[in-house]
Amino acid sequence: MKEIDIFKDAVKDVSAIAAGIKKKQNKIIGYLCSYAPEELIYAAGFHPMRLFSSKSDIVLAENHLQAYCCSMVRGVLEDSLSGRLDFLDGTVFPHTCDSIQRMSDIWRMKGKYDFFADVVLPVKLNTPSARTYMMDVLNKFKNELETAAGKEITDADLQASIKTFNLIRKNLSEIYGLQSQKPGIIKGADLSAIVKGSMIMDRDEVAELLPAIVDRLKRVTTPGKIGKRIVVSGSICDSPDIYTALEASGGVIVGDDLCTGQRWFDGEILDDKNPMAAIANRYIDRMICPAKHISPTARGENIISLAKKNRADGVIFILFKFCDPHAFDYPFLKEFLDREGIKNLLVEIDDQQQNLGQLSTRFETFVHMI
Amino acid sequence: MSDSLSEKRKIKSAKKMRDIMTTYYLDAMTAEQNNKQVAWITSGGPVEPLVAMDIIPIYPENHGAMIGASKMGEDLCIKAEDMGYSSDLCSYARSDISCSIVKGGPIGGLPKPDMLICCNNICGTVLKWYEIQARLYNVPLFILDTPVCHTGYSPEIARYVRAQIDEYIIFLEKVTKKKFDHDKMARVGRLAFEGQQLWRKILNTTAHKPSPMSAFDAFFFLALIVTLRGTQIAVDFYRDLLTEMDQRIKDGISMVPNETYRLLWDNLPVWYRLKWLSTKFSDHNACLVADTYTSAWCSALNYIDEDNFLDSMAEAYTRIYLNIGVDQMADQVLDMIKFYDVNGFVMHSNRSCKPYSFGQMDIMKIVRKKAGIPVLMIEADMVDPRNFSQSQVETRIDAFMEIVKQRNSPNDLCRH
Repeated sequence: MKEIDIFKDAVKDVSAIAAGIKKKQNKIIGYLCSYAPEELIYAAGFHPMRLFSSKSDIVLAENHLQAYCCSMVRGVLEDSLSGRLDFLDGTVFPHTCDSIQRMSDIWRMKGKYDFFADVVLPVKLNTPSARTYMMDVLNKFKNELETAAGKEITDADLQASIKTFNLIRKNLSEIYGLQSQKPGIIKGADLSAIVKGSMIMDRDEVAELLPAIVDRLKRVTTPGKIGKRIVVSGSICDSPDIYTALEASGGVIVGDDLCTGQRWFDGEILDDKNPMAAIANRYIDRMICPAKHISPTARGENIISLAKKNRADGVIFILFKFCDPHAFDYPFLKEFLDREGIKNLLVEIDDQQQNLGQLSTRFETFVHMI
Repeated sequence: MSDSLSEKRKIKSAKKMRDIMTTYYLDAMTAEQNNKQVAWITSGGPVEPLVAMDIIPIYPENHGAMIGASKMGEDLCIKAEDMGYSSDLCSYARSDISCSIVKGGPIGGLPKPDMLICCNNICGTVLKWYEIQARLYNVPLFILDTPVCHTGYSPEIARYVRAQIDEYIIFLEKVTKKKFDHDKMARVGRLAFEGQQLWRKILNTTAHKPSPMSAFDAFFFLALIVTLRGTQIAVDFYRDLLTEMDQRIKDGISMVPNETYRLLWDNLPVWYRLKWLSTKFSDHNACLVADTYTSAWCSALNYIDEDNFLDSMAEAYTRIYLNIGVDQMADQVLDMIKFYDVNGFVMHSNRSCKPYSFGQMDIMKIVRKKAGIPVLMIEADMVDPRNFSQSQVETRIDAFMEIVKQRNSPNDLCRH
């Protein structure tokens, strides 16, 4: 499909995308977390770009972060230090985890790019004072962006941005919904390219392309043989080969609880007279990340509801080695799933290198078992 | 060294401290029989309101240190791994989580909590850890969310944390079904302030040459300022300990015989190798005179207003050593290097503590450049001995001490 190919090309060559954006005199602000307030960056006239590791060998980052730091964090730092991210005009670090917290310090001390902001969002999202603080932090970030842009971000700018991001999120949700309804109409690797591309490419272009994909998928019928329905859970999954291996093993992805998936595009920004409050509310109400708190059992309830809603035959946890928030949640999520009789599997991966052969064997065994 | 000399070096207050800690744990173990409630709280958490409410605070991290020091960490960590927890997770958390189930460890597990108080000023790990315990014990969890002050304390952080102090009190009133006593809180606040002042004075005595105690002693004596902060017991004890330190200085008693080299330690202790490390450095005539860890329980003193404890504690609890930017941490390290006049800096790269360990390599570079002293980084873990290679660490310490000695030899031309 032509529209999907655009996304696939985009994720293959991020620097080409960056060059295209620069040509339009647009400044690029990078980030590593799905809590980065992209709507504000976009409203300021900047291009929000999620950063992924190029998975190059760790050489320079070795002098800043020990080997027991997650491979994604080390990988992105390596990209920055080695100049592969020189297209960036700035970065924003929402508070994520202990590793990214320190990476933000290291990044700021290096001072490689003009713009730098820490957006220290609340960790707990279940109190009125946290909501007020969330608003305060977002407003502060808005001011910082205004200073950098040399212009005011008006309510009209925000409304326009909200419209674009709502459209992107709604269409991605629809694509996921269609895949769940008619599993196999889109390959996992393509789905991953669409989501990742939507985090990298010009958002106006994304907003234009996605509805066309939805239209096409609506007309496609389910392929003859349907695989076992799988929901994936983890932090980010930036390796389309993993999806391909899963499909080759007889599985099909029908939903996810991923930072590079539904956690990122979940939840609409509701129309509100106060657009800043509307944006803040969406970040509070969206599907939660394990580094944030809403209740001790929220993520367990969420994974059960995701599995049930998508009639999953099994859940696969794809976790990064050294990712503490996810590793702490795994035993309880597993317990919740086991209690419901939902089969599940844990695979631990490294962003830099994957042993696909071993993964395939584990996927095959799992798919045969369910 | 003769026996009488070695006996003289022993800090007399140690026995008293052991007695106090035993009583403290016995009280906690029998809390239920005495109709007292127990709160589990993080090491950097605001304990004073608990003391004011007559709730017994229990520190799973102190328990973790005890598990490590009694060399029971490996077994408990493996048990947590059998429960599905990754071996890369914090070993305090792993050993505490499994201890809750198997009731193992040096004191057979901690008394069951009636509530959990989690302050994330030290790490994000405690949030996940306390969520686990909240599910296991099915008790109320209060989170004091202290945003990281990467570049400073800002008005919105101040408002948010201050608002949470009030929420904390409401939470305690709800759980205990008792009214919060503000007068008692003011008294507890003053005692907490006094205790921390005394703790700071004790740590400062090691600026004297030779040092009357070492960081290894500070690791031991730390327990009271963590667990009994805000009580008269802690104030009385530390007053006596300070007197003892002052007397040692007067009498010229040093902890390390022939103290020639003075070192600064970074990060948590390696609990299961304290004695070995202490002897190792002592054999080189080196004394670890100070550390960045035990000073964390008095580093925020400047923000505390003893006459207005509740209002000022928001800032004091938010601006602790681990909750600030790496560059500010480096500044504090440089201050300590100057104050204690040390000849070298030993960093423990601690697999269990990411917010403490990531950024260390940048601090190391800053220290080398600005203080010009040798820096050693050793790889270990605070509780799990599987991440500690004694022979490797020994070789590295020996090599490091060679450099320290060369730098400080009168014939060394490179010395600036």
